[in-house]
Amino acid sequence: MLCDECGKNKATVHLTEIVNEQVTKLNLCEACAKQKGSDAEQHFGIADLLSALSDVETHPPVPGGGPAPKNKCANCGLSYEDFKKIGRLGCSDCYAAFRVSLAPLLKRIHGAQQHMGKSPSPSLLKDLKLSDKFHEELVAAKEALVKAVRAEEFEEAATLRDKIKFLEKKMKENGK
Amino acid sequence: MSVDHLLKQACEWLKGTGPNSDIVMSSRVRVARNLEKLPFSHWANKKQEKETMERLEDAVTGVELMRPSLSVRMAEIDDVDKQFLLERHLVSREHITHPEFKSVVVGDREIISVMINEEDHLRVQVMQSGFNLQECWRIASRLDDALHKKAKFAFSSEWGYLTACPTNAGTGLRASVMLHLPSLVMTKQVSRVLQAITKLGMTARGLYGEGTEAEGNFFQISNQITLGSAEEDIIDNLERIIRQVIGHEENARKTLMKQNREVLQDKIWRANGTLRSAYIINTKETMSLLSMVRLGVDMGLIGDIDRRAVNELFILTQPAHLQKIEGKVLSSAQRDVKRANLIRRRLEGR
Repeated sequence: MLCDECGKNKATVHLTEIVNEQVTKLNLCEACAKQKGSDAEQHFGIADLLSALSDVETHPPVPGGGPAPKNKCANCGLSYEDFKKIGRLGCSDCYAAFRVSLAPLLKRIHGAQQHMGKSPSPSLLKDLKLSDKFHEELVAAKEALVKAVRAEEFEEAATLRDKIKFLEKKMKENGK
Repeated sequence: MSVDHLLKQACEWLKGTGPNSDIVMSSRVRVARNLEKLPFSHWANKKQEKETMERLEDAVTGVELMRPSLSVRMAEIDDVDKQFLLERHLVSREHITHPEFKSVVVGDREIISVMINEEDHLRVQVMQSGFNLQECWRIASRLDDALHKKAKFAFSSEWGYLTACPTNAGTGLRASVMLHLPSLVMTKQVSRVLQAITKLGMTARGLYGEGTEAEGNFFQISNQITLGSAEEDIIDNLERIIRQVIGHEENARKTLMKQNREVLQDKIWRANGTLRSAYIINTKETMSLLSMVRLGVDMGLIGDIDRRAVNELFILTQPAHLQKIEGKVLSSAQRDVKRANLIRRRLEGR
């Protein structure tokens, strides 16, 4: 992760500030962090930072010239531009609506793209129909893995491998 | 039950017990959850915000783990009460600045508090005294299981629990530890130690800007990344780092005792003397002197005060707490007198 200030050095100081109820998260190199310490007047909103992180991905190339990604979340009406301004999504459906742009953003923030933690307990999965969803996703992920390996996209393949591991673990728990 | 009840309640995380409680004040775990489809509070209209608040208040207060509990709607209490909840670490600043359709449910002994309609629909917080993150997570996870039976939370098998800000997605987990590091500050090692921590993907607050040495030498260290690791691994990782910091503080205390014993004792006993004899004292001076007295207690130099009494003073001497204790609004100058009075009484064991 590069420094949010100079964009040159590796960010080693991760700073969270609350200024006028706005949560600001800054990733800085040591030199800029010192500068920031003595320059408390200067504040950034998380929206600016997210915007900077996600800028590159705003207009992803559409393979095969298909339709451009949807502009607004159908459930809550928030646009990706709104998200870049506010720094927060509008509802849980926004994650699916802006999937193409959010996937690389999440990767940049967390260095990962696959949830490995707790999920709704197995006994609840049936109600939530997550069990079927896991199965569908597992099949899709395995197919994508084969394609990724063939195309020598190893980073993608590693992400898919983690996803398959997670889904298999969840399916196993569910089967108990 | 009203907010006043909390003043009489014994607060768990101030007990001053638990592992490494000579250095670790408290451990805290926060978990973010959201209802499916309903807009997050910043994007919701009033009707939706109200619906979220009522549904989640019912869900949270209906869980057995939350009985007995105190349910407070932020728009229905005055400014002193709002500040009081903030000083007790039960609500965030965001929760008191935009109080409409926000509420908080506080559990027995303030171990659990649940903010409703904060940045996320639900922010569950569990606090324990001392270095005890795993117990915090165990309680938070139990409450989470119970809440899952009452509400449908937004979850994707790929990105985990979906949150208003992508920086919290996945586990929605923020684990943090409040450390008292006076010796690392005195030996001027603290910024070096905290910088090393941030290199490992953790956040250290109280380092730049937010006021460091003046705030009682307390530092809060927490995880930064929430997606891609299991909760237990996030906590394990943080614990390993915290153990290192504890080791450094222990070493600095030993070094000070060996090499600068008189200087250290002078600082501690002067602080003790000032607090026991002052008639006017502000918050800032109180925090830094209490920090020295706490160090004296933790190192066995001061024997007639217990750690709990010192811990409680850090909170009771805050502006809203003094006004709640006195039962009236006080000016800053009046508070400085009442504060000194309270400290003298408490340190004399009265």
